Amino acid sequence: MLDLHGYGPRLLEGAGVTLQLAVLSLILALALGLLTASAKMSRNWLLHKVATLYTTVIRGVPDLVLMLLLFFGGQMALNIVTDAIYDRTGLDWYVNLNAFAAGVVTIGFIFGAYMGETFRGAFMAVEHGQIEAGKAYGMTPWLVFRRIRFPQMMRHALPGISNNWMVLLKTTALVSVIGLSDMVRVAAEASRATHEPFTFLIPVAAVYLLIASVSEWMFARLQKRYNVGFGGH
Amino acid sequence: MIDLTWLNELLADNRIFTPQTLAYYWGGLVTTTQLVFLSLVIGLVLAIPLAIGRSSGRRWISLPIYVYTYVFRGTPLLIQLYIIYYGVVFFDGIQQTFLWPILREAFYPALIAFTLNTAAYTTEIFRGAIKATPRGEIEAARAYGMSQSLMMRRIVLPSAFRRALPAYGNEVIFMLHASAIASVVTLMDLTGAARFVYARFYAPFEAFLFAAAIYLCLTFAILYFFRYLEKRLLAHLKPQSGN
Repeated sequence: MLDLHGYGPRLLEGAGVTLQLAVLSLILALALGLLTASAKMSRNWLLHKVATLYTTVIRGVPDLVLMLLLFFGGQMALNIVTDAIYDRTGLDWYVNLNAFAAGVVTIGFIFGAYMGETFRGAFMAVEHGQIEAGKAYGMTPWLVFRRIRFPQMMRHALPGISNNWMVLLKTTALVSVIGLSDMVRVAAEASRATHEPFTFLIPVAAVYLLIASVSEWMFARLQKRYNVGFGGH
Repeated sequence: MIDLTWLNELLADNRIFTPQTLAYYWGGLVTTTQLVFLSLVIGLVLAIPLAIGRSSGRRWISLPIYVYTYVFRGTPLLIQLYIIYYGVVFFDGIQQTFLWPILREAFYPALIAFTLNTAAYTTEIFRGAIKATPRGEIEAARAYGMSQSLMMRRIVLPSAFRRALPAYGNEVIFMLHASAIASVVTLMDLTGAARFVYARFYAPFEAFLFAAAIYLCLTFAILYFFRYLEKRLLAHLKPQSGN
């Protein structure tokens, strides 16, 4: 059997961190993506410009650079704020940026841009006549969104969401660089300490493959559900 | 000698962007470019036969290639890099071979990891493009009595390359961004230079935003290059204008 030199429990914990991080950032990315898509489709030019700038810049810069910028820059911004509070009020208050929260915010922020593009394309794929029909029935804009636009949009968005999720999952490995003890960091540490890299890195790679395969199956089921009534696909 | 007084004057009143740190960034840019360019070229050369094999009807050829692309596309590049970087020492006797001076430096493990990774993605992109070859073209080639390899060379591959172009452009940008993790194994690429400048001056915004701006420019350059290529090579697919 695999001898993990006592690193087993920490690896398992690390796997938990990876999963939590991935799921929480996915939720944040979906929320940000919906907001971005709405902003991009809005008639307000300022909203449109801001959303376009966000999706363009984020998708043009490596994840790791953004992560380092937001993590180290975020800490410095916090320090500046707490210093100012100290100068004004004498309140000595030091906030240490939590690596897990920083990871969730950064990954969510990055993938919000990708989700935004996915959602925008999907919203535009919903026929305009459908929305008009909803209005003709006297539905409020919110009701039109909830009953007509959202469910139909999801059918077009799901393949994109599934793709983004797979990339997001692999991106979580980068948080090991900013000091979070996810399973990659524990495995790298263990490899260096025991000089047995394969013992730790290959099982971790297998866990990623497992998560990817399970989510692929789940997305296939979701796709089936949202495709009800459209046959084929 | 190039006259650099204007540069010195421009940089006179800031603490961080001295000619020395700019030289670090320049060195990082060169390393990033070398790493990305070499891995893309080698990866492309590997991907073409792999994609043909992956589209083959014989399972003993296509299945191993499928396993390879599934594993390399399904796991983080960082893990692949760690496995090669830390693992290369453990091949028995490798330290005695001529390969050791090459593999000892971080550049080559990174190059191997990136090449294998991009080859896996590119194989799948080409496989999709090969699969999308219209049946009529294949039938026509057969009717002309072309052999399998002649048909591949003259009919299937040229049109598959064109179909693969937009997706391959994305892969190139993806590779540029993924190369940032080379800095994790102590390589002084563009991100490595930014981390060095950050650590030295404790100036996260300046250090990383500058690197981010360079990456952004590179991304746009790649984007426009591929748009230009698509315009030239896919011109026949565009709707005809006029008469």
